[in-house]
Amino acid sequence: MAKLMVDARNVRKSYGPNQVLNGMSLTVEQGEVLCIIGPSGSGKSTFLRCLNHLESINGGRIYVNDELMGYRQVGNVLHELKPQDIAKQRQSIGMVFQRFNLFPHMTALQNVIEAPIGVAGIDPELAKKQGLELLAQVGLQDKGEHYPAQLSGGQQQRVAIARALAMKPKLMLFDEPTSALDPELVGDVLDVMKNLAKAGMTMIVVTHEMGFAREVADKVVFIDKGIIVEQGKPKQVLDNPQEARTKAFLNKVL
Amino acid sequence: MAEQLDLRDDVVAVPLRHPWRWISGGIATALLLSFIWAVFSAKSIQHDIVTKFLLDPRILIGMGVTVGVTVVCMFIATILATLLAVMKLSDNPLKRWLATGFIEFFRGTPLLLQIVFWGYLGIIFPQLILGVPYTEIVFLSGKTSDLIPAIVAGIIALSLNEAAYSAEIVRAGILAVDGGQVEAAKSLGMSSPYTMRRIVLPQAMRVIIPPMGNEFIGMLKNTSLLQVIAVAELYTAASTISSANLAQIELLMVSGFWYLVMTTVLGFPQRALERRYGRGFEVVGGRSAPRAFKVGKR
Repeated sequence: MAKLMVDARNVRKSYGPNQVLNGMSLTVEQGEVLCIIGPSGSGKSTFLRCLNHLESINGGRIYVNDELMGYRQVGNVLHELKPQDIAKQRQSIGMVFQRFNLFPHMTALQNVIEAPIGVAGIDPELAKKQGLELLAQVGLQDKGEHYPAQLSGGQQQRVAIARALAMKPKLMLFDEPTSALDPELVGDVLDVMKNLAKAGMTMIVVTHEMGFAREVADKVVFIDKGIIVEQGKPKQVLDNPQEARTKAFLNKVL
Repeated sequence: MAEQLDLRDDVVAVPLRHPWRWISGGIATALLLSFIWAVFSAKSIQHDIVTKFLLDPRILIGMGVTVGVTVVCMFIATILATLLAVMKLSDNPLKRWLATGFIEFFRGTPLLLQIVFWGYLGIIFPQLILGVPYTEIVFLSGKTSDLIPAIVAGIIALSLNEAAYSAEIVRAGILAVDGGQVEAAKSLGMSSPYTMRRIVLPQAMRVIIPPMGNEFIGMLKNTSLLQVIAVAELYTAASTISSANLAQIELLMVSGFWYLVMTTVLGFPQRALERRYGRGFEVVGGRSAPRAFKVGKR
């Protein structure tokens, strides 16, 4: 069996009385692509944000690359790490957001090289060279000097992917990366993600793009009300669902 | 069909006309001109005195002090304001209370009172000693009036007061930055101070600069209050001269003229700063971003 990149065990999360994650357990092997599907409010985005500790958790454990994420375990209790230690852990986890969240006051290239220079301490000239290569990889070699406001949504999202890749992450998280895009721009972003998957990147993708899940995912997980209802190969989950809730959801979206 | 266009359809569209704009504008101009005429033709105003003192060395030195005090105070106030704003947005309740207390105190008492208080510090504490308490170690000690001359007292008073006001401006600017920016920065492994410095504050500047331009102009004029503790800035210089030659109105006109010149000149760096921090926000293909609210013709 390949090395486990993500090992989430019984993760629980609540906002006050509202229980969002009710004991989620799943694993992702190195190089695997996992797609998380489910109705809105099911907890899929929250779970993704717990993986890089943008959200704290109330119980359970998350290991990313064999490291306990966001906490230090003493006996039976998890103590939250200091912000600078969490920041260090996040460096090896890239994240792409639904609304891109590019830095609007920086050009595309500056967006990509900001963290490598400022956080990882890479030589600016080298970072720039690598940044241009990454922009070429997402098909935007000639857009380095453009500000985000001058780019289309699809181009912005591809810059955001390049920005996340610039930190050389071992794991990439995608939070509905195409949901804010015009339909004709979705394809470009999905192509970049497909290439990334082919290159062996470990990816967890929260998505409504069933076609992408079917084509690229190694495993599909259906989540509802903060628990995993069903998981398996895309064919199995998407074409031959066993659970009534999965069937009802797929009937609505397909 | 285009070829069979009916001639009655071939009409010209004109924009809404605004006759009242011309009429009200004419009335306002006439009133303004007559006021200017009244001032210049008034027999009681000796215009030769105005022109004589306009370039008087004492006036020019006073202007230098005004500009110097303004710049130093705004510099100190901006740094303090940023600290206070970050403290007020902190998770740490102690920091929040401290910042809130500072802001409430300095906004809640009159500026004139604060200036006089700092000016009279020497009466409350005649000796100032800086050292380690309960030991013999003393870094600095002396008479308060020597250590804190009037100009320093004035700078302290104006800076602290201004910091309290500017803190709310900086805080508003920080709050105007989209929360997704901080999340993106965190996901890249950036620390909180780094995120504040490189991601949040540069974007907040866009919102901060216009009201801070106001504060700068306000500060320039408020330095005239330092007359009460005898700092030799522009207004003090003018009133010292007029108390000797009794030409009060003329010297008010001299100082008023220079205040107006200075506040006008300040507009230029503000516009340059606005352009600098507006980068990345203005364009889609060279067009300016749509404004929600437009007054008057384009």
